[in-house]
Amino acid sequence: MDVAELSRLQFALTALYHFLFVPLTLGLSVLLAIMESVYVMTGLRVWRDMTIFWGILFGINFAMGVATGITMEFQFGTNWSYYSQYVGDVFGAPLAIEGLMAFFLEATFIGLFFFGWDRLSKPGHLAVTWCVALGSNFSALWILVANAWMQNPVGSRFNPDTIRMEVTDFLAVLFNPVAQSKFVHTVAAGYVTGAIFVLAIGAWYLLHGRHRAFARRSMTVAASFGLASALSVVVLGDESGYVTTENQKVKLAAMEGLWRAEPPPAAFTIFGIPDPERRETRYAIQAPWMLGLIATRSLTTVIPGIYELVDAAKTRIGRGVEAYGAMRSLTSAEPSADMRKTIEERQGDLGYALLLRRYTDDPAKATPEQIERAAWDTIPNVPVIFWSFRVMVALGFYFIALFAVMFYVSSRRAFERRRWLLRLAFWSLPLPWIAAELGWIVAEYGRQPWIIEGVLPTFLAASPIPAANVWLSLVGFFIFYSALLVVDLFLMAKYVRLGPAETWEIPDLATRQAPPGGVALDDVAHG
Amino acid sequence: MHVPIDYDTLRVIWWALLGILLIGFAVFDGFDLGTAILLPFLGRSDMERRILINSIGPVWEGNQVWFILGGGASFAAWPPVYAASFSGFYVAMFVTLLALILRPVAFKFRGKVDNALWRSVWDWALFIGGLAPALIFGVAFGNLLQGVPFRFDAELRAVYTGGFFQLLNPFALLCGLVSVAMLVMHGAAYVQAKTIEPIAGRARRAGMIASIVTLVLFALGGVYAYSMLDGYAITSQIAANAPSNPLRKTVEVATGAWMRNYERFPWSPAAPLLGLVGALLAAVMFALRREVAAFVMSAASVVGIVATPGLAMFPFIMPSSSEPNASLTAWDASSSHLTLYVMLIAVVIFLPIVLAYTAWVYRVLRGKVPSHIFEPGGHAY
Repeated sequence: MDVAELSRLQFALTALYHFLFVPLTLGLSVLLAIMESVYVMTGLRVWRDMTIFWGILFGINFAMGVATGITMEFQFGTNWSYYSQYVGDVFGAPLAIEGLMAFFLEATFIGLFFFGWDRLSKPGHLAVTWCVALGSNFSALWILVANAWMQNPVGSRFNPDTIRMEVTDFLAVLFNPVAQSKFVHTVAAGYVTGAIFVLAIGAWYLLHGRHRAFARRSMTVAASFGLASALSVVVLGDESGYVTTENQKVKLAAMEGLWRAEPPPAAFTIFGIPDPERRETRYAIQAPWMLGLIATRSLTTVIPGIYELVDAAKTRIGRGVEAYGAMRSLTSAEPSADMRKTIEERQGDLGYALLLRRYTDDPAKATPEQIERAAWDTIPNVPVIFWSFRVMVALGFYFIALFAVMFYVSSRRAFERRRWLLRLAFWSLPLPWIAAELGWIVAEYGRQPWIIEGVLPTFLAASPIPAANVWLSLVGFFIFYSALLVVDLFLMAKYVRLGPAETWEIPDLATRQAPPGGVALDDVAHG
Repeated sequence: MHVPIDYDTLRVIWWALLGILLIGFAVFDGFDLGTAILLPFLGRSDMERRILINSIGPVWEGNQVWFILGGGASFAAWPPVYAASFSGFYVAMFVTLLALILRPVAFKFRGKVDNALWRSVWDWALFIGGLAPALIFGVAFGNLLQGVPFRFDAELRAVYTGGFFQLLNPFALLCGLVSVAMLVMHGAAYVQAKTIEPIAGRARRAGMIASIVTLVLFALGGVYAYSMLDGYAITSQIAANAPSNPLRKTVEVATGAWMRNYERFPWSPAAPLLGLVGALLAAVMFALRREVAAFVMSAASVVGIVATPGLAMFPFIMPSSSEPNASLTAWDASSSHLTLYVMLIAVVIFLPIVLAYTAWVYRVLRGKVPSHIFEPGGHAY
């Protein structure tokens, strides 16, 4: 494997690990804030116990999220230095604002969430908890603004003087329609993850007849919050699909296994075996009209298939080669006004010429076969995208059904009479993670071969570094992360088994001020 | 969009902001790293180590964001610097990342199992997680001052031409030791202020030694830089408003060139002076048991020491030793005019907010580590 392949593998590995922790952080942070809000309003101790107990699990998860997240930010520089150079002007800004506006908020207040119980008033501590939840959600917003620009690079242009992409309209980057739909879809998926986590562990307690009042209340919150979230995920996911039709037609065609355009309205393929060798989807079972309705919200719009999209790519490669030639002449000789004009007009297709760099150093001399291959390179791995998408959607509908039933049962206060339902809830625990990782695959693997859709191919974006270095870090991260994940799961399981202590002792602010000298070692040494 | 500030001014502002972020990291996260390095030396029992860990327990997470923000801001404002430095320092960066991954989990996991071996493993993880970044950042600065072997191809792809062990040269290692000594001094000052005897007393002694070592090593580095170190200077016309393309200038290498800014700007020797005097006064304050003053002095010394190479190198940010003309400077390695402006607006709005709530959090948590957090049901690491 070359450096770009290894770096992709490393990025996928670290991102998938990171994404084991992010959705739960998003969901649990809001659930904690809701539980503590009820505590402050009602003063009932069980709600404080809930906040503290789920808070411990949140803390273990959050530490892993931070640990794996640090790698993500610096990987752009270490492994994707040409990417950083080429688009840092646009992509870096939301990343930096994320740190400034969101992560600082979340990380500063999370310390106080754990250490502030006896130093803050009730509303004061509640405000801290909400700040943590707000921070984690803002964090997702800015990361997804950055990611959405990779999917739909708006508000920017290629500057031939600096040989990179630069911002022309920051508001367009910020209000990228892909960012909006991705943000709500991802955040809602995180809420579902948090809700199922609480639901499953609560069900386990009820199955074992432990912490009943605690578990019932936790499950009630999880069921109602989860139902609203699961409905949002599907509705907003549909919106995300609709936005995809606008600017990532190849991804949509791959999700559908749609090789050739059909007469509108297109049918939705419920089941099928996409065969990239023969370039067709076999054994397809289709629901008429559905795809036309979902993807275009109309019955007359044609959805292009993969063959049509490859033809379109060939045209764009041809136009991109002209822009590429002009760019080369600018860097080598005296810039001429004509060349600048060519770049200005053809720059939207410049990225397509870069696809040829896999086959030739000079795209202007590419043969028709090379152009043909480069055009087919624009098609991602169809079976993987096709199946990831279907399993993700099926899980989405399953979550709605599960939460709906749970919500009904909780309103009847009848959890414990339906043991099969409790078992089902418990065994559903891993499902939201599977759905989230599959969603990541559809969005990011479905974007290949582009690191930035239509602008920069992934294979060009990697750092020119020795492959041995990337092998070292790839294996290192894999071993390191896996070991930490095992420890993380062990600790989570340990604290779940311990369960909430029915009498958490939180020293009262009024009576338990720290002694002026601080710790007296003799007092605590036996503690 | 109309940008009301000139490009060259914005570039200087962002050069200064990069420095402020680095200083923020060194001052805030610095005492966390220093405390972690001191952990095996100051904490002799499990409970003493718990007290040390809990002295930074509620704040290290927020402090670490200075580092993350430093990375994000250099990505946004200085993309070629971000690209060339992190890919060039690949192995060093990998080790740093492992160390920084260890920290959050070590904090969180250590107290969760009551077993001596388990806790000792995480104690060492914290120690390494503090020592490795402290050392590596210093070594990185030492290499920046000497120039890093990289060049650009015609499409501005940064290619690193050196090896990993080349980074471990004597001057860079000296800088690494300055960094470790400085953060140990700073960490000791923090521990002294947040704990009681006998830990505070040990921190005081460690702090005094570290202050003197910092003073001596930093002075030694200065003497070396003055007499033997090659500096860089732009010899072509400076186009401070031109598009960012580092291939359009010429640069010379000359011994003593790093000292020219100190002659050009008469106020700038204040930085190395602050580094030296701060460390000296920190040692005095440690001796006098003035806890707050010792911390303020060690923080001042940290500010001075971090600012010193930055001021010496201006406008260079990352000089190239293998192709000096390709060096990255404040004038040709920045983001576009518009991006710098938009980012400045974000900083002007959010940095004061961040500083305000950070100050509030420290106020809420003021005083020595309280004992009751170690009781059953308390919230301690």
